[in-house]
Amino acid sequence: MHRAIAPTLLLACGLALPTVTTAEEVTSFTLDNGMDVVVIEDHRAPVAVNMVWYRVGAADEPAGKSGIAHFLEHLMFKGTESLEPGEFSSTVELNGGSDNAFTSQDYTGYFQRVAADRLGLMMEMEADRMTGLQLTDAEVLPERDVILEERNQRVENSAGALFGEQMRAAQYFNHPYGIPIIGWKHEMEGLGREDALDFYSEYYAPNNAILIVAGDVEPEEIRTLAEAHYGAIPANPDLPDRVRPQEPPQRAERRLSFADPRVGNPYVKRTYLAPERNSGAQQEAAALVYLAELLGGSSASSLMGQMLEFDEKSALYTTAFYDGLSLDATTFTLLVMPVEGRTLAEGEADMDRAIARFLEEGVDEATFERLKMQLRANEIYRKDSLQGLARSYGEALTSGLTVEDVQAWPEVLQKVTPEDVEAAAARLFDRANAVTGYLEKEELAMLTETAQ
Amino acid sequence: MIRFVLAVTLTLFATLPARAEIDILEVESPGGFKAWLVEEHSIPFVALELRFRGGTSLDAPGKRGAINLMTALLEEGAGEMDSQAFTIATESLAAEFRFRAHDDAVAISVKVLTENRAEAMELLRQALIEPRFDEDAIERVRSQVLAGIMSDATDPEAMASRRFHELAFGDHPYGSVSDGTVDSVTALSRDDLTAAHGAVLGQDRVFASAVGDITAEELTDLLDTLLGELPATGAPLAERIDYSLDGGLTLVDFDTPQSVILFGQRGLERHDPDFFPAYVMAQILGGGGFSSRLMEEVREKRGLTYGIGAYLYPMDLSEMFMGMTSTVNARAGETVAVIRDEWLRLAEDGVSAEELERAQTYLTGAYPLRFDGNGRIANILVGMQMDALTPDYIRTRNDRINAVTVEDIQRVASELVDLDGLHFVVVGKPEGLEATN
Repeated sequence: MHRAIAPTLLLACGLALPTVTTAEEVTSFTLDNGMDVVVIEDHRAPVAVNMVWYRVGAADEPAGKSGIAHFLEHLMFKGTESLEPGEFSSTVELNGGSDNAFTSQDYTGYFQRVAADRLGLMMEMEADRMTGLQLTDAEVLPERDVILEERNQRVENSAGALFGEQMRAAQYFNHPYGIPIIGWKHEMEGLGREDALDFYSEYYAPNNAILIVAGDVEPEEIRTLAEAHYGAIPANPDLPDRVRPQEPPQRAERRLSFADPRVGNPYVKRTYLAPERNSGAQQEAAALVYLAELLGGSSASSLMGQMLEFDEKSALYTTAFYDGLSLDATTFTLLVMPVEGRTLAEGEADMDRAIARFLEEGVDEATFERLKMQLRANEIYRKDSLQGLARSYGEALTSGLTVEDVQAWPEVLQKVTPEDVEAAAARLFDRANAVTGYLEKEELAMLTETAQ
Repeated sequence: MIRFVLAVTLTLFATLPARAEIDILEVESPGGFKAWLVEEHSIPFVALELRFRGGTSLDAPGKRGAINLMTALLEEGAGEMDSQAFTIATESLAAEFRFRAHDDAVAISVKVLTENRAEAMELLRQALIEPRFDEDAIERVRSQVLAGIMSDATDPEAMASRRFHELAFGDHPYGSVSDGTVDSVTALSRDDLTAAHGAVLGQDRVFASAVGDITAEELTDLLDTLLGELPATGAPLAERIDYSLDGGLTLVDFDTPQSVILFGQRGLERHDPDFFPAYVMAQILGGGGFSSRLMEEVREKRGLTYGIGAYLYPMDLSEMFMGMTSTVNARAGETVAVIRDEWLRLAEDGVSAEELERAQTYLTGAYPLRFDGNGRIANILVGMQMDALTPDYIRTRNDRINAVTVEDIQRVASELVDLDGLHFVVVGKPEGLEATN
């Protein structure tokens, strides 16, 4: 779907990044007005991706205005002095390209996929809307209905998504990561033109933006184009520092349960507050990447999968995931979907037994070596996706990391030892930092349309 | 309309699309297996795509879900290896195998590193030729499939799709979900899975493509090794079925805030002489991007939805012209009315020259952008073979798009686009709608 919210929970092993030795051709520089530029060369096809990332996301919103970062992202297609509403996308299409945008807690990104010789036009339009957005209620109000329908589609129509929202809200006492990216419905309903323009003028500026161009391009050519189109836009001297309210020490475990008749398969989920990747200090996050795979990676080779799905046959499905790309503290998630006839309390006990066993027995060396091999192979496979490469740089650079951090990451991953993983697990599994949630099926007297 | 004119003038001199420049080699192995190859040696891995025509439409009577379950079990143990041993072997080589069962084909997508290609392909060979179907693996995967069926039973989009297919295709395999039902999947035996394996994975219906770090000789050797021991023939393909649903509206009452709306009518065969005019027409009505008529009228002007699309849906054994959207229950009646208006407008008035030119520019420009990445190219190439296209189609396809005229679309629209034949399936608690049956 279009103009989408970026997934916040990506499987960590899919995010492995290049080694210095096998790195793709990457060049980076900064324009005089503070705009960062990253160029990734791939000359296999005459195609390019043009991306502008802003270091602002849902977690930077003012209180009471949840959803405004994402709403603004939609409104960025509604015109400037020189472009009519909708003309941005139609111009991209008229050049045989496609465009879209996405919003997360930490970033907002806009991109076009085009033939490489159309980059100049894309940059011209992207620069135009960096500071030249014009909005009227005739455009803003129907678009507010669109984002409310987006919320309906993604969240209100899905019991699992509603449950996830409650879990996150319980995980963060003080940090805005507890507020959904798309916004709370009652606040979305009150968002308007002024809210969008206020947020826009505060955060959209070249010194808060990163240009990423990937494809059949030369760095010098991109430098010339970028200076011509973006270089003329003045920096915003009043750009606020990126400081969000941080979590206090979490001292009490939180538990919740949510029941809905639309639940097909009940499950128990637990999230622990977890450290993220930090510039120059990615070791702890790298260890947690292994931990997630060891506990809940593939069913046949992870601890929870082997123990609960294969040996005891007590779970239909188990998983663990961790995404270290985050500006502030992130989460580590475990999930157990018990087999029919088994309660969620039993499912939770199964999860806890798996954790206890891991802490007691430690890392399985053979599995650890296989994971290392797979992470190395990812470096090869990931080069096949231009868009994926470009996105991995954008996500990192808007999450407080540098190009050097991105390029060091594969080596950081290769240097992790089993002892590192065990130590990281011992620090992570503190129930005072955790939220445990039960998603249950609410039984109704009669449901029309049930399973055939 | 003013802004369309502006946009066109802005880009008048910038409409030459990039060319998709790939060299396809058609190879044939000593054992008689054909494949399309694109050599791309800059990254040390190869993407291999295999398709077995027939897919879940080959489920035997009363055995719905057998082919889906069988396909899921191909990676759950083979030869001397049980499920865990097979996974460990695969992970040790960092090979990626994906096995999926579709209505018309069982699809196998493979990525393997050059450094250990022979070992990885030996694993794949065993999965294809000697799957074990161990009882404990069957039970474990069966319970996962059943969980998916239970989950879909209360998922509004899955509910809408299921009902639409039942109405359109009845007892034909297209009329039911390929996962099967709780009852049919529960009743499947190991013998049913063995039979499903023999019915689907025949040498007489396999299509292959490879893109990446492999030579023609390496590929042909590989095809003989991988496929040479499969049964010569599979089960006879299923019969064609004509789409037979009348126009109207079917309500599926379900307590959820947003109504899911699926709509459709009869479609057009992939090789119909009018396919290209119809394809461009469908792009103008509801194609990808933000400027289709349906996006403009339903989303941009009225804010009724987050997304809406319509597309031709040709299958091997039938064809549809389908669309989908979703809106808050209170506005479902308005949304259906707008879609119906657009259907009628298209049937009566066709499209304008401007709309046609915009669509042609978009479609011809977007086409080469699809060829980015070994996996994606391999996927396109195997699909072309199943559609009985030749490699030179890639060079001529844009010419066929550009040859479409306003008059072609007018004629096709008046013949094909049929408001009286348009059927809606709505799942939710929609307001302002009444069922016709």
